[in-house]
Amino acid sequence: MADNALIIGHRLSEWCGHGPILEQDIALTNMSLDHLGQARSLYQYAADLYNTLPAEQKNILFTSTALQTKVSAAQALQEDDLAFLRDAWDFKNVLLVEQPNKDWAYTIARSFFYDAFNYLYYTALLKSNDATIVAIAQKSLKEVTYHLRWSSEWVIRLGDGTSQSHDKIQQAINDLWAFTGELFIPSAADEMALADGYGVAIDDLKTAWLKKVNAIITEATLQVPHATWMQQGGKVGTHSEHLGYVLAELQFMQRAYPNMQW
Amino acid sequence: MENKTTKQEWPLWEVFIRSKAGLDHKHAGSLHAADAQMAIENARDVYTRRMEGVSIWVVESNYIHTSEPDQSAALFEPANDKIYRHPTFYDLPDELKHM
Repeated sequence: MADNALIIGHRLSEWCGHGPILEQDIALTNMSLDHLGQARSLYQYAADLYNTLPAEQKNILFTSTALQTKVSAAQALQEDDLAFLRDAWDFKNVLLVEQPNKDWAYTIARSFFYDAFNYLYYTALLKSNDATIVAIAQKSLKEVTYHLRWSSEWVIRLGDGTSQSHDKIQQAINDLWAFTGELFIPSAADEMALADGYGVAIDDLKTAWLKKVNAIITEATLQVPHATWMQQGGKVGTHSEHLGYVLAELQFMQRAYPNMQW
Repeated sequence: MENKTTKQEWPLWEVFIRSKAGLDHKHAGSLHAADAQMAIENARDVYTRRMEGVSIWVVESNYIHTSEPDQSAALFEPANDKIYRHPTFYDLPDELKHM
């Protein structure tokens, strides 16, 4: 969850200064910061939990050298370490969020698919038996509700707009569709979280997600893509080549100048 | 080729923000948006991200009618010497605190 939030937040931040108009530039950077805030809350909690694990489990969970150097020096990890010191294979975000911005339509379609999932996911997490996760879900849900409203309206606006905007958003929806299946495939971590009562039956969210996505796509006078081969791998650390470039930009300063502050 | 059916620029909207319940909406500024919904959302992002508001009004700038600046003398200056219109000639009871 934290990795999803960080990576989509970074992708949206790439629009900063490049938005089609000033108002949407600000809208995107606002949302980027919402995602980053969610990532921080989750990384803080994850770091606290990680620090309590026995040494052998710490080594299995993440294998990146920079992170393990810190762990083997018996230093407690913090949120920034999880964001900056892990390599691509230790990131467990879905492939969808690391896909490039490409153009406005791709950015909208990617956000729409992710926001619709996130809304259902955080709603389900309100029933988690972990108080910290519930608190994060409550705060995040207000932000995610707005994200979904914003991206849904843009899908409708582009689909029901000019023939050019219609074609572009349809193409983006078709191309990104193959990355939506992974959202609902439970990872080992999802299954463990569910069994322990703090997680969500992630595959159960698919029906509601399809219903929401179908409704918006239909209202936008667009076609829901046919069932297709679904990409997966992000949740186990097998990423597309795009994530490496994202991390190179995101992590460069901390890797080149360890522990720098500004 | 000139496209006569599609406006190339989104229209301008005036934004009014109520800073808290009970206060008036005040003019905050203007922005571009394709429709009213987008204007409200843009206003939310541009003008309320530092907790400035609890309610937003938007109106397309086209629909705002203004007084003519060159008629300001005729419109406003006659009020200048009518000080008796200010409620300053009454004796207020001592109990009245907030006037």
